[in-house]
Amino acid sequence: MPEVLKAPLVVEFPFTRSLGPVQSAFLTGLRERVVLGVRTGDGRTLVPPVEYDPVTAEEIRDLTEVAPTGTVTTWAWNHAPRRGQPLTTPFAWALVRLDGADTALLHALDVPGPDAVHTGMRVRIRWAEERTGAITDIACFEPYDGSRAQPTGHTGEFADPVTGIVAAARLDYTYSPGRAQTAYINALSGRRTVGERCPACRKVYVPPRGACPTCGVATSEQVEVGPRGTVTTFCIVNIKAAHTANLDIEVPYVYAHIALDGADLALHGRIGGIPYDEVRMGLRVEPVWTEGARYPDHYRPTGEPDADYDTYKELL
Amino acid sequence: MTSAPGDRQIAVVAFAQTVHRRSSEELSEVEMLMPVLHEVLDRTGLKTADIDFTCSGSSDYLAGRAFSFTLALDGVGAWPPISESHVEMDGAWALYEAWTKLLTGDADTALVYSYGKSSPGSVRDVLTRQLDPYYVAPLWPDSVALAALQAQALIDAGDTDEPALAAVASRNREAASANPHTQLKGPVAQGDYLVRPLRTGDCPPIGDGAAAVILAAGDRARDLCAHPAWIRGIDHRVEAHGLGVRDLTDSPSTRLAAERAGAFERPVDTAELHAPFTAQEVVLRKALRLGDGVVVNPSGGALAANPIMAAGLIRIGEAAARIHRGESGRALAHATSGPCLQQNLVAVLEGEPR
Ligand SMILES: [Zn+2]
Repeated sequence: MPEVLKAPLVVEFPFTRSLGPVQSAFLTGLRERVVLGVRTGDGRTLVPPVEYDPVTAEEIRDLTEVAPTGTVTTWAWNHAPRRGQPLTTPFAWALVRLDGADTALLHALDVPGPDAVHTGMRVRIRWAEERTGAITDIACFEPYDGSRAQPTGHTGEFADPVTGIVAAARLDYTYSPGRAQTAYINALSGRRTVGERCPACRKVYVPPRGACPTCGVATSEQVEVGPRGTVTTFCIVNIKAAHTANLDIEVPYVYAHIALDGADLALHGRIGGIPYDEVRMGLRVEPVWTEGARYPDHYRPTGEPDADYDTYKELL
Repeated sequence: MTSAPGDRQIAVVAFAQTVHRRSSEELSEVEMLMPVLHEVLDRTGLKTADIDFTCSGSSDYLAGRAFSFTLALDGVGAWPPISESHVEMDGAWALYEAWTKLLTGDADTALVYSYGKSSPGSVRDVLTRQLDPYYVAPLWPDSVALAALQAQALIDAGDTDEPALAAVASRNREAASANPHTQLKGPVAQGDYLVRPLRTGDCPPIGDGAAAVILAAGDRARDLCAHPAWIRGIDHRVEAHGLGVRDLTDSPSTRLAAERAGAFERPVDTAELHAPFTAQEVVLRKALRLGDGVVVNPSGGALAANPIMAAGLIRIGEAAARIHRGESGRALAHATSGPCLQQNLVAVLEGEPR
């Protein structure tokens, strides 16, 4: 078996999320070096605060300030920090119950080694220098042997509250399309189009995905199809492409389903070399390759007579 | 819905799984999954067209691609059109959906499958995306780090210590020696700390794999399987999402799910626990009140093979397979999802008296 293709795949997304009144107050507070919790009906103070009581599911909005000092309730030593984590040097993950709170907050604790941390140790917030209204406004926690800090009595009302956050994420993958699509892509580099035939229903699928979606069985017999084909259906695109790779395509243009000769499934592609309003079902087309391209740039009429409807009606 | 109403009883009649491996990059998801679908159908003699309902579980974040489950459907053979559903969760929850569908009487047979390929990405990073996006995910605490916090909480509480955790790892992987599908088996060194107090030996292998089961109702189940594994009850429960709100040394959601599934009505002889980290087995044994007489994870459990999104369904499948083979009369299967046992599903399976 030839080696399967692989390529790096990066998925990045900056989710923009809005905040309700409670989360807004908490994150705005961090920007102003104030830690706010929320009080539940039974008098407990939750930090970080939530909008609904985890026990009763009642909506809760009774904000109350807690101290920036607290106690480690549990911890774990992270000797190899990973991308995106709060500190780049080895640190402890810690759940910290701030003074005045009944629940614990997860963050990093900056200590030199695992021997310098224990459950029950006293810590305080180290604020980030640049604060924007995000959990990362707490740079980390640090050991603290002073007395319990006093809250300032803040009400949770801010002149300029933060109303949203951008939750940026990046995940890195090594994508492999698997055996069947590797064979397809490799064939395209020689300007050939290769599908696979289902051993049960004998249909030829292109691009092949390794399985017949009708029969649910593996396909493996490779079949070269095309290069010519028939337009089975099409649409006229009137909106100019935003993607840089397609900026030079003038509108209107035609995007079509094309049944390559010998294939039982239509591919899609752009139709060129003919006015858009002359494209029709049954039009016979062939691929046009540009220098160095890995797939046909578009399809153009071959000049043959149109295909008979009966020859492609099953492929619509 | 926590137990079967009336007389409609539903059983697991067949189970199949891949040989789980660190990487299966030469295969697309559907190529990895298809042999398992064929195997589970072959066990019953059913064809796709005979299946009334199909339900699957998987995650786009593992694949790095939107709607990745639609391509896997090619392996099912969805023509003529089938009745189908998908959960973005472990297949154990897909099985729960299928079970409720059979309970309604809308279907007599169901195919449940799930799969996960962790090899394309970094699963420790990928799993951070299931965390609270406001307070937790921006810190990127990875799955091992969160499990390590739970382990330390248990050690502080006196519920376990590092040698006891090593014994959990060793016992699971010893059991896995007899299971040809597992990824890690036999003596495995505890290794260095990954995130202290968890060592590599306390953590599951990262791997790719798939699993499938067939459910059938009443006499249909008896037709398809000599010794059906009857589902006496299933329930699933979730904890508060804030880690600092929870007592990490306990799992009230598991206990409640087990109670609603009928697990405490009579003792079980076998428990297949979805505990990817050693310390989580300690929590689950306590929550489920499992005595020393219960055989825990005879398959090797998630410490021997942990294909994300399939490992929970595999627990149900392994428990059912022991009933099929006559090795268990009453078994408990547990599946989990989320950090530190956040969500928990419990199923109680029984064979017929012989
Ligand atoms: Zn076919």
